[in-house]
Amino acid sequence: MSKEPVMHSTFVIERHYPKTPQQVFAAFSDPARKRRWFAEGENFEIEEFRMDFRVGGSEYARFRGKNGMTFVNNTVYQDIVEDRRVVIAYTMGAGEQRISASLATFEFRAAAQGTDLVFTEQAAFFEGADGPKMRQEGWTQLLNRLGERLSG
Amino acid sequence: MRIEHTHVNRVFHALGDPTRRSIVERLSAGPVSVSSLAKPLAITLAAVVQHVQVLEKSGLVRTAKVGRVRTCRMEPKGLSVLERWIAERRSLWERRLDRLGDVLNE
Repeated sequence: MSKEPVMHSTFVIERHYPKTPQQVFAAFSDPARKRRWFAEGENFEIEEFRMDFRVGGSEYARFRGKNGMTFVNNTVYQDIVEDRRVVIAYTMGAGEQRISASLATFEFRAAAQGTDLVFTEQAAFFEGADGPKMRQEGWTQLLNRLGERLSG
Repeated sequence: MRIEHTHVNRVFHALGDPTRRSIVERLSAGPVSVSSLAKPLAITLAAVVQHVQVLEKSGLVRTAKVGRVRTCRMEPKGLSVLERWIAERRSLWERRLDRLGDVLNE
């Protein structure tokens, strides 16, 4: 059986902003502005948000949902090229458990009348309590097979 | 998180056991009585009942008693919770990047 241990997902999101790459980058490097679009606006209470914007620096966000559950984002900056690129590695936790680890890349490309932002995330999603057992067998393939059979 | 993480967690936990995965594979071919599930697995009926309860709690299977026979069947919507959870991650980032646009326009 394959040793595929976790569920992987890669997606790309593109946006165009009528601002210069410098202006878009500033919304990433300034903690007050980063917090506005990254942490605020979801239906969570922000318990803590802090960031150290440098390669090797970390960012920490803790949210509380309506049901009282706590979610934590732990981020480490992997690469920063001013006005061009930010690459982060981050984990998400729910309560006591890590639930995913991701590599996320933000590219800022000068375009006619603004900036094209290309966001790429490669995520690995973990199982819950039964960690080692889940890793032994290709359950992702099982899900795919089941999905096919059920929709057939 | 629009989709309860505890719900997703239950699905992961349910599928984390190889016996439960065997049960789910069998049920995907059609409904089976709980007692019939036990025989090929070579485990006690009590053990099957426990596994089925975990699967039911995760939303992956449903059971119904007709007369004296309890039958299990797959709940097709049960697996889609994982797909929706991943899709939710993407939409979370879409909302963030939309808000970035609002912040930039201030």
